[in-house]
Amino acid sequence: MTTRNALELKGVKKNFGRAEIIRGLNLEVHEHERHVIIGPNGAGKSTMFNLISGRMKVSDGSIKLFGNDIHNLPAHKVNRMGLSRSFQVTNLFQNMTVMENLRCSLLWSEGHKYAFWKSVMGQQAVTDRAYELAERLNLTEQAEIPASLLTYAQQRSLEIGCTVASGAKVILLDEPTAGMSRTEANDVIQLIQRMTGENTLVVVEHDLSVVFELADRISVLVYGEIIATGTPEEIRNNAAVQEAYLGTEVH
Amino acid sequence: MATNTAAGSTNLLKLWPWVVVPLVAIVLPFLFDSGHAINLLSHMGVAIIFALSYNMLLGNTGLLSFGHAVYYGLGAYVAMHLLRSINDAGGEGLPIELLPLVGAGAGLFFGIIFGTFSVRRAGVVFAMITLGLGALVHSSSLMFTDFFGGEAGLFGYRDEAPSLFGVDYAPSRNVYFLVVAWAMIAAILIYLLKKTPLGWMANAVRDNPERAQFVGYDPTIVRFIQFALSAMFAGLAGGLFVITDEIVNDEAVNALTSGAVLLGTYIGGIGYFIGPIVGGTLVTFLESSLSAYTEAWVLYFGLMFIAIVMFAPMGLVGIVHTQYLNWKAGGWKGNTGARLYILLTGLVGIFGLVCVIELAYHYFRSWDPSAPFALMGVTVDATNALPWLVSFGIAIIGFGLMLFHGNPMLKRKLGAKSDGGKA
Ligand SMILES: Nc1ncnc2c1ncn2[C@@H]1O[C@H](COP(=O)(O)OP(=O)(O)OP(=O)(O)O)[C@@H](O)[C@H]1O
Ligand SMILES: [Mg+2]
Repeated sequence: MTTRNALELKGVKKNFGRAEIIRGLNLEVHEHERHVIIGPNGAGKSTMFNLISGRMKVSDGSIKLFGNDIHNLPAHKVNRMGLSRSFQVTNLFQNMTVMENLRCSLLWSEGHKYAFWKSVMGQQAVTDRAYELAERLNLTEQAEIPASLLTYAQQRSLEIGCTVASGAKVILLDEPTAGMSRTEANDVIQLIQRMTGENTLVVVEHDLSVVFELADRISVLVYGEIIATGTPEEIRNNAAVQEAYLGTEVH
Repeated sequence: MATNTAAGSTNLLKLWPWVVVPLVAIVLPFLFDSGHAINLLSHMGVAIIFALSYNMLLGNTGLLSFGHAVYYGLGAYVAMHLLRSINDAGGEGLPIELLPLVGAGAGLFFGIIFGTFSVRRAGVVFAMITLGLGALVHSSSLMFTDFFGGEAGLFGYRDEAPSLFGVDYAPSRNVYFLVVAWAMIAAILIYLLKKTPLGWMANAVRDNPERAQFVGYDPTIVRFIQFALSAMFAGLAGGLFVITDEIVNDEAVNALTSGAVLLGTYIGGIGYFIGPIVGGTLVTFLESSLSAYTEAWVLYFGLMFIAIVMFAPMGLVGIVHTQYLNWKAGGWKGNTGARLYILLTGLVGIFGLVCVIELAYHYFRSWDPSAPFALMGVTVDATNALPWLVSFGIAIIGFGLMLFHGNPMLKRKLGAKSDGGKA
């Protein structure tokens, strides 16, 4: 069976002024795989996500999503082509309730676009999907609570839910367990596995136990370059990785 | 906020304002039946539509416009030209009831044109562009006299036009009913718009344009459609104004009109659907009645706006609503007296402040400051120290009691309760 590439980055570069933060980055993410990106602080992981998701423009190189060029498309176009993301810092519609956040995330993927002649609450398909998502997120009890009043872990879950709700086939999650306790992090990892099923997943993660539990393959990003990609076994045994990264990070 | 938990019957009950408000509106001209009062009521109706359309931008989409009068005014001018051509044709053509639709069409047209380049960015950039467009259109209105009629403006006659229902619109009460009908239609449409995918995403784009992009929406397009529709309702209000006043001049497109709708909407409360309704009504009322009592009415207007911005950003409706919720939750138990005390002392303070302002206004603006004038029904001499002392005294005592006696008292009574309400 040949595996298609969901994402393909070739020679991607990004400078902020003189500083070259991403320096010729190559990466292939297979369809349906769970691909974890690790790397020291400031390596450029979030920047890479910003480039892929259309939040920033690349300085050079190309990014393909299922074979189509997406570099330098605006974020909403990238999203419509099947990619969505969460942020390192929680990014929700804070004034809206859980259900409203989910509904907003579903509107486009359910084909309602900019319609101003039909009621949102009258769309049974959206309502059903939103309730179903709330249930899978364990947020049924909080359904009518504004996002800003949720606990941090709940907000992160909701953000993952919104990301999934937008109908994306490729999902980028930037440090979904950052700032969480051990048990909270475990819950979120289980949630991610439950929610993303068939989807292709790219996750930035610092916690190595989480990394090895979640990943099908791992890429190591150091100083704006991928220095190694492989299965958890291969990465664990890779001398360059141990030197550049694991050696300093193992607790 | 949209919740779907209530059963159908309670949902129907919630519709009561939509029945009560038009009923009250229909009764009003029989209670206040002077020509002046009925004109004032008509102006309120126009102002309500205008303010509701403005809040589609400010409250719903987070777009602060300093030039909303452009669409109101251009709608009015285009409608006026049509009315004049109907007049010229000897009263043949479009029925007068439908004239506001012409204004709406013009508003939409200019909204689409100007919207294409103003909504790319929200925030300061958008505000500056609207300010520039406002100045541009206003100065055009004085330059292109053929279309805008110069400083004198343009006249037309509403009773020299056909009516759909055979109504004679010479009496202003009949005009008022037409205004009520259009205000209801506009209010219902604007209300329903909030419930649509566009309306939801307008809120989403206001709160977090980035997140909106990552669920597939282009914030620029959301803002653009909202902007064009808002301009359409502003134009509708302008077209209606042509019927009520039968004259349009540059005032309809000038910065004062743009400012008044911003102030009114904000004072009412941009977070509530009825906020702009209350604000539009109040501002129209103050503009017409306060100006009869005092020359300083613009100043009061500004002070009120500043006070709202500083102390009650949710507007007058917001104050009432939070107090109501607080009261319903039992937050007033055992401290109703303290709240009323704060309210009362506050009012006394405001009364004193008004006296000071009136004195100052007379002293600095009058040819002869020593000429006696009536202050709150008492004839005083502004060059005399006594009225000043008394006025300052009242203001200081009122505000002083409120801030240093009433507030601590309320805080004490609230005790451990985390939520400290203001009167
Ligand atoms: N908008 C920007 N302008 C200038 N420099 C930036 C910008 N965004 C990121 N950088 C710089 O790029 C480098 C990489 O940042 P990035 O956020 O991608 O790192 P990261 O790998 O996600 O780190 P962390 O693990 O701390 O999240 C940092 O040195 C940062 O200061
Ligand atoms: Mg980062």
